[in-house]
Amino acid sequence: MVTSTAIITLIQRAILQGIPILYGSTGEILTEKSGNLNLGIPGIMYVGGISGVIGAFLYEESLRDGGTVNAFLAVFIPMICTIIGSLLMGLIYCFLTVTLRANQNVTGLAMTTFGVGFGNFFGASLVSLTDSDIPSVALTKTSAYFRVTLPFAETTGWFGKVFLSYGFMTYLAIIIAVLCAIFLKRTKGGLHLRAVGENPATADAAGINVERSKYLATCIGSIIAGLGGLFYVMDYANGVWSNEGFGDRGWLAIALVIFAIWKPDFAIFGSILFGGLYIVYLFIPGLALSTQELFKMLPYIVTIIVLIIVSARNKRENQPPGYLGLPYFREER
Amino acid sequence: MSNPLAIELKGVTKVFGQVVANKDVDLQVRKGEILAILGENGSGKTTLMNMLSGIYYPDEGQIFVNGEEVVIKSPKDSFKYKIGMIHQHFKLVDVFSATENIVLGVNDNEKYNIKQAKKRVQKIIEKYGFEINLDSKIYEMSVSEKQTVEIIKVLYRGADILILDEPTAVLTPQETSKLFGILRRMREDNKAIIIITHKLHEVLELTDRVSVLRKGEYIGTVETKDATEQSLTEMMVGKKISLNIERPDPVNPKDRLIVKNITATNSDGREVIKDISFTARSGEILGIAGIAGSGQRELLESIAGLHHLSDGEILYMTGGETVNLRDKSPTQIRDLGVRLSFVPEDRLGMGLVGNMDIIDNMMLRSYKKGNSVFLDRKKPKDLAESIIKSLEVVTPNATTPVRRLSGGNVQKVLVGREIASNPKVLMVAYPVRGLDINSSYTIYNLLTKQKENGVAIIFVGEDLDVLIELCDRIMVINSGRITGIVDGRTAVKEEIGILMTQDSKEEKNNE
Repeated sequence: MVTSTAIITLIQRAILQGIPILYGSTGEILTEKSGNLNLGIPGIMYVGGISGVIGAFLYEESLRDGGTVNAFLAVFIPMICTIIGSLLMGLIYCFLTVTLRANQNVTGLAMTTFGVGFGNFFGASLVSLTDSDIPSVALTKTSAYFRVTLPFAETTGWFGKVFLSYGFMTYLAIIIAVLCAIFLKRTKGGLHLRAVGENPATADAAGINVERSKYLATCIGSIIAGLGGLFYVMDYANGVWSNEGFGDRGWLAIALVIFAIWKPDFAIFGSILFGGLYIVYLFIPGLALSTQELFKMLPYIVTIIVLIIVSARNKRENQPPGYLGLPYFREER
Repeated sequence: MSNPLAIELKGVTKVFGQVVANKDVDLQVRKGEILAILGENGSGKTTLMNMLSGIYYPDEGQIFVNGEEVVIKSPKDSFKYKIGMIHQHFKLVDVFSATENIVLGVNDNEKYNIKQAKKRVQKIIEKYGFEINLDSKIYEMSVSEKQTVEIIKVLYRGADILILDEPTAVLTPQETSKLFGILRRMREDNKAIIIITHKLHEVLELTDRVSVLRKGEYIGTVETKDATEQSLTEMMVGKKISLNIERPDPVNPKDRLIVKNITATNSDGREVIKDISFTARSGEILGIAGIAGSGQRELLESIAGLHHLSDGEILYMTGGETVNLRDKSPTQIRDLGVRLSFVPEDRLGMGLVGNMDIIDNMMLRSYKKGNSVFLDRKKPKDLAESIIKSLEVVTPNATTPVRRLSGGNVQKVLVGREIASNPKVLMVAYPVRGLDINSSYTIYNLLTKQKENGVAIIFVGEDLDVLIELCDRIMVINSGRITGIVDGRTAVKEEIGILMTQDSKEEKNNE
């Protein structure tokens, strides 16, 4: 029965690995459906993470003199900080690309560089405030609230371990992905948003406000992606922020968008698969360090394979939105 | 004909920069009638209708809908007054189904329910007799089906006034008659219909009244039953205007380019040029007249080696030698020593690179010359400067991106470059489109000078007055076929006008 425990642990860890990616890619799918290719997602997830950390840090500091931690505030403050931080990033991106019509790729890459630097700068500042020996900030009290699992997780055996042993943000990620899938597929708002991404001129002629749709989708998408950063710090990393700890998960999220062919419901399963592929090297004994790095490439290789298959099948519905990455001008003579 | 007026325009004027697109136009459309707006290319038909659909805003004049004066500033306003326009270029989302496209953007404050929407659409379909599968995706549809979706889309929004911009341009004769059936049923339903066209027989077959525009001006309205093709053509092309372009007689003309029975299809598999044969001679300007989209572009591209021929051959004669250009790429054509220059109609798309400066654009034609690894910038620079000087190109300097120049100056750069390569055959498509009178004359004089140098010139134009003044011979094409070749010195506008429009009727009988 050694193998079955190993499999359960693998699934558990794959899900934990996958959730930050799922947040990132749900946000990016929503954004891309409006025709904005936001390559700033990795940076936005960094900013989301550090904003939450700053909020939690200040709250914990304020209680140093012996106050008790309020469960609601411990969760609410980091959340709201993350939302504000990533929303601001989304607004900057929109202002540059939608209002000023700057090149989306350049803007996105700049946002990523900025976001990572922003995270590392404030991360380092917090570390120096704590006077600790190790270069990280530990927010274990806050993290404990994020990691409260569902009841019965301990008593229901393998079922509890696989399905119930996570913090609330795991379930939130899946709920958000499902809601986004329903929104895009089944509502009028979703239809309008897809029209904006596919053919903004048509949407405009049909009386849909193209700029507003792009702003809304991109900003909400940024918030969702930012929550991924928060999940990573507070749940996955037990409340420990260390610079560069988040790694390349933001890029994995963008790869997952392609893997999931722009469908948030596919992204749920895709994220778990990506998470599993990302850590599968830990479960194969006797790998050299260099071979481990090769295994970490797996998600990207799978993405490339999916891209090839999808392109070869040439089904129009599985292609990226028609005007992805292109600015929209209302034509004037 | 005592139906109340649906739309009335009074003194509507629209100016783009220096170009007057519409001047003091009056127009009336009644409920339950089909009105044709007839005019040549560039006569301002589409601009006028775009003012009704909210794309442009008139500079002067009033618009009345159902007797009340209205202001239409955006497509939304236009929906509000129940005006629906079916554009020549469809505005549809390719990956959406027909139903999704039809309901797009309709805010009826109802819960989104695609099934109920479909039922409502189905009712419209039954009422007017459309044939369409509402579940199929736009990218799977034929042009005619896409047009059907556009029409239903407009009706779904409750339009009472429909404007169709050249709806039959892309349809087969069978599809056209089906469309006409639907339009007649809408007329019975008391809708007002405006159809923009230049096909005379369609006007006579379908409409109740015809309003004619010429060069942006309103010429008049006649009852269709009192009109004939002859009378409408006269209204459309008007009196001959003297332009005074110099036209020296061709000196010692020799056959330079012989085109024999060429046929070509477009990417949809439709034949765009059919069995075309003609000869271009040195020292002569051969004009090509025809309504836009009759195959002019494909014809020139075929000769330039950019379009695949399904039949026929193109022979280039030089000093006793004959070279067949069929199925050769532009590079192969040049390597054979054929001196062919092509000024395409899409200047910044096919002719020049907008973001590059004049010097770099000169190099596009010469960069393969020489064996050095590095580019020779000296010669293109001299060439650029000599063109700027001799053609009076208005630009800050030779390193300004071409995209920043005005249309006329862009054209001068392009024509200058092509002439500088000393062509034996020079093909120009709509070289004066969008140019003011002065620039136009510069271009005409350039062409005449080349003709005197013994170049065979093929000139595709849209202004018949100019063609008659400039060209030695005028070839008229219609729906990809030659309908006549006339002498430029004796040609009459009406004659060319009829050649341009009449043949589509014969084609219908053939099929």
